[in-house]
Amino acid sequence: MTEAVPSYLSPTGQEIVFLLLGAVAVGSALLVVTTRQLVHAALWLVVSFGALAGCYLVLTAEFVAWVQVLIYVGAVVVLLLFGIMLTRAPIGRSADLDSGNRLVAALVALATAAILVTVVIDGFHRAYAPLDPGAGAAGELGASIFATWVLPFEALSVLLLAALIGAIVLSRTDIPGGSPPGPPADPQTGGTSAPDHPGGH
Amino acid sequence: MHIVYPAVVSALLFSIGVYGVLARRNTILVLMSVELMLNAVNLNLVAFDVWLADRLHSGQVLTLFVIVIAAAEVGLGLAIVLALYRNRRTVDVDHLRDLAEPADDPPAAVLAASTGADHRASSAPARPAAEDRAEAADGRGEEQTVERGGGRL
Repeated sequence: MTEAVPSYLSPTGQEIVFLLLGAVAVGSALLVVTTRQLVHAALWLVVSFGALAGCYLVLTAEFVAWVQVLIYVGAVVVLLLFGIMLTRAPIGRSADLDSGNRLVAALVALATAAILVTVVIDGFHRAYAPLDPGAGAAGELGASIFATWVLPFEALSVLLLAALIGAIVLSRTDIPGGSPPGPPADPQTGGTSAPDHPGGH
Repeated sequence: MHIVYPAVVSALLFSIGVYGVLARRNTILVLMSVELMLNAVNLNLVAFDVWLADRLHSGQVLTLFVIVIAAAEVGLGLAIVLALYRNRRTVDVDHLRDLAEPADDPPAAVLAASTGADHRASSAPARPAAEDRAEAADGRGEEQTVERGGGRL
């Protein structure tokens, strides 16, 4: 695992591709946190997540890469765009996207980056993993999930259900806040109007 | 593949996410930065799963779990943000100070400037009164502010 480390000066093609994708991911992430337009931040997030999916592909984690594309690029970013739309955010450039503690934040982030990069390089500069394809295919991963990780998987499904119910309850406006004046009338009207409430208003 | 490369990339992504969480003002941008941090963790998990050649694939399975939890988190977070927007007409984290320490002057100045400059209709004029009350009587004022916020929900 750690013996016979190849030189850093002669990178393989996989490493070059990975570094390019990583540069794209880091650069677009920087644009996400520095851009002045809210919608552009969401679109740069798509670029960053796509480059990360490419990184997973290079690291032979194919199934994770496609799940990343499906869930992050397909669902999470669309959800964030919906949030931007529903809060009536300014579409063009807006000057007040950054708060007053920008300098402190940059300082903290630089310190975090310095510490993490130093520790990681110091700790893992001799670690080398040959990449052989097939270890992260859907078949192997599915067998692993449903053989060893069944219990967390089921717990996760319950968590997703709880999150779904919580999001519906939070975004419905026809639920009375304190005392329930009319519980019998509520499911009747709520059942038909609940699905279009998060998107409708 | 040297493991240093994915580890360094994920460290950089994580600190960019830290910067975004600390420096951004719009709540949705804060959520995006949290997503960046979660993705950094995912990259680490995948890289170390490949390095350790785990037969249980714990790293990649955990990555899938983190992705699912991140999706649930974004759904709930956006629902909370929308509820906030319905009640306050703003999603700026600088203006949502009902649970902050009440005795400072700069937040009050920020509040006054924002109420003067912006066009939020319903909730803005009542807010400085709440600040005064909180300053007058520490515990009781805070309680009342929280109660009032809950009542408006």
